Amino acid sequence: MTAAYLHAELRRTFRNRRFLFFSLGFPLVLFLTVAGANRSRSIEGIAFPLYYLAGMVSWGALIAVISSGSRISAERQLGWVRQLRTTPLRTRTYFASKILAGYLLALLTIAVLDLAGTGLGVRLDARQWATMTLLLLVGLVPFAVLGILLGHLLKPDSLGPAVGGTTSLLALLSGAWGPLSTGHAFVEATKALPSYWLVQSGRVAFGGSGWPPAEAWLVIGAWTLVLGRLAVLAYRRDTARVA
Amino acid sequence: MRPAEPRHGIVLEQLRKCYGPVEAVAGIDLVVTPGETVALLGPNGAGKSTTIDLLLGLATPDGGAVTVFGQPPARAVAEGRVAGMLQTGQLIDHLTVRELVALAASLYPHPRPLGEVLEVTGAAAFADQRTTKLSGGQAQRVRFALALVADAALLVLDEPTVALDVEARRDFWAAMRRVARGGTTVLFATHYLEEADAYADRIVLMAHGRILADGPATDIKARVGGRRIRATLDAVPLDELRRLPGVSGAERHGDAVALTCADSDLALRALLAAYPAARDLEVRGAGLEEAFFELVAEDDRTASGAPKATAHR
Repeated sequence: MTAAYLHAELRRTFRNRRFLFFSLGFPLVLFLTVAGANRSRSIEGIAFPLYYLAGMVSWGALIAVISSGSRISAERQLGWVRQLRTTPLRTRTYFASKILAGYLLALLTIAVLDLAGTGLGVRLDARQWATMTLLLLVGLVPFAVLGILLGHLLKPDSLGPAVGGTTSLLALLSGAWGPLSTGHAFVEATKALPSYWLVQSGRVAFGGSGWPPAEAWLVIGAWTLVLGRLAVLAYRRDTARVA
Repeated sequence: MRPAEPRHGIVLEQLRKCYGPVEAVAGIDLVVTPGETVALLGPNGAGKSTTIDLLLGLATPDGGAVTVFGQPPARAVAEGRVAGMLQTGQLIDHLTVRELVALAASLYPHPRPLGEVLEVTGAAAFADQRTTKLSGGQAQRVRFALALVADAALLVLDEPTVALDVEARRDFWAAMRRVARGGTTVLFATHYLEEADAYADRIVLMAHGRILADGPATDIKARVGGRRIRATLDAVPLDELRRLPGVSGAERHGDAVALTCADSDLALRALLAAYPAARDLEVRGAGLEEAFFELVAEDDRTASGAPKATAHR
C-alpha cells in the first residue's frame, strides 16, 4: 500500500510539467545565463561557476521540497485528503509520499545543475560531489517539513506567491544568489536560518567556510523540531474543522 | 477471502455532534445488521452527512458512541472494513482513471478486481483518460469506483446520485444491487424518497438531527408519501370526513377542506359517494418536504410535552 501510494505520487509529480518547469527550470536557466556570462570571473578566490552552482543547487532543491509538501493545500481543497481519511492509508504515508517526491525532484534538480556546472568547467572529485549532495539532503529536512506546514496553512490561490516569496527570500538571505556583505549583525543573524547552512553545504565541497558541525546541526535540528510541531498542530486543526 | 465478520453490525447509541450552537446530530440510536441496505432519508440539514462523518471516523462524537463491526470507526477504516463515498470531493490530477482506481485498490487488504469495478461502474469506457478530462457524471462514476474497489464489508454513500443523469443513476443502482446481493452492508444518504423506497430494505427518516421514523420502506412511504385531496365542500363536520376510508386527517380552509390520505383512491371514491356536492376536486402528492415538515412539527409537539390528543392533524 505504501509503495503504491509513493509510486503514484511520483508519477503525478513528474507528469506535472508546470511544477517541473518552475522547480527545475528556473534555477537551471538562471545558472546557465549568469554563470555562463561570468565564466572567467571568481568570487572569494573561487571560480564563479562553482560558487554560483552551490547557490543555485540549494535554491532549486529548496523549491522542490517546499512546493512538493505545499501541494497538500490543493488536495485538501479538492476533498482528496478527506477521501483518503476514509481509507486505510496512514497520514504518515501520505506525508512521506510528499516528502519523497520533493526529495526525488530535489535530487533531479541537483543532478541536472551539476551536469550544467560540469559543462561550464566545474570540476570536483567524486568525494566532493558526494559530500555536497549528502549535506544538501540533510539541510533540506526542515524545508520538507515547512512545505507540509504551508500545505495546511494556505489556500491554493495564495500558495504560489507564498512559496515563491518564501523560497526567494530564503535564497537571498542565505547567500544563494550571491554573497551578502559581511560584518553586519544582520548578516550574522542569517546564520540562524537553516537555509544559510544549506547553501554552505555546497561550499564545503570547495573548501569554503565549511559547515561547522555543532552550529549547523543545531540550527537544522531546532528548525525541524519547531516546524514539525507546528505542522502537527496545523494538521490537527485541519482534521477537526467543521465538515 | 474476507475474514469472518463479527456479528454486530453498526451501532449508534445516543450519538450527538454539535457544530457551535447547532446540534447537527441530536442523540440518535440506530442498529444496522450486517447485510442490510439502509437509507438515511431526510431534507438538507437533517444531520445525514454528519452521521456519515461520525460513522467514517471523520468527526468525533460530542456524546454517545458509534461502533462499526464492534470497533471504533477509525479502527474499522484502518482495517479496510469500511469504504465511503463522500458528497464532496474531486479527483486528483495527473493520473488516468485506471491508475487512480488501482491506487485506491492498493490501499485495501483484499480489493475487488480492477477490471470488474471499472466494468460495473461504467468507468471502463473512459479508463485511460486523465481524471481532469472527465464530465461531472463520469467523475461521479469514478468516485463510486474508488469506494467499490475496496470490497469493504460496509459501504457508506453520501448522496451518491446527486449530479447524475437518469441513465447514470440507473447504472449506479444496478451496480449497488449487485454489491448488496454479495452481502455488503450498505448505508446511503438521500433526499429522494423514491430512491430510498426502491433500493433500501429499510428507511431511517431524519430531520433536525433526530430520527423521526425507522422501519421497512413500505411503512415509511405510507407515512410520508401520502396524497392530499382538496375539495370545496360546505357544512360537513371534519370529524365525519376523518372517518372516511383512506383518510387520515382533515382540515378546513374557508369553504374548502383538505384531506390527508393514506389511500387517496379509496378516499376519493368514498368522498364522492358520501358527499356528491363536493366540487373543485384536486388530488396531489404531499411533497416530501411537506411530509417532513409535518413529521417534524409532530416531533416538536411531542418533544415539548404537549399531550398527543390535542395535536390535531
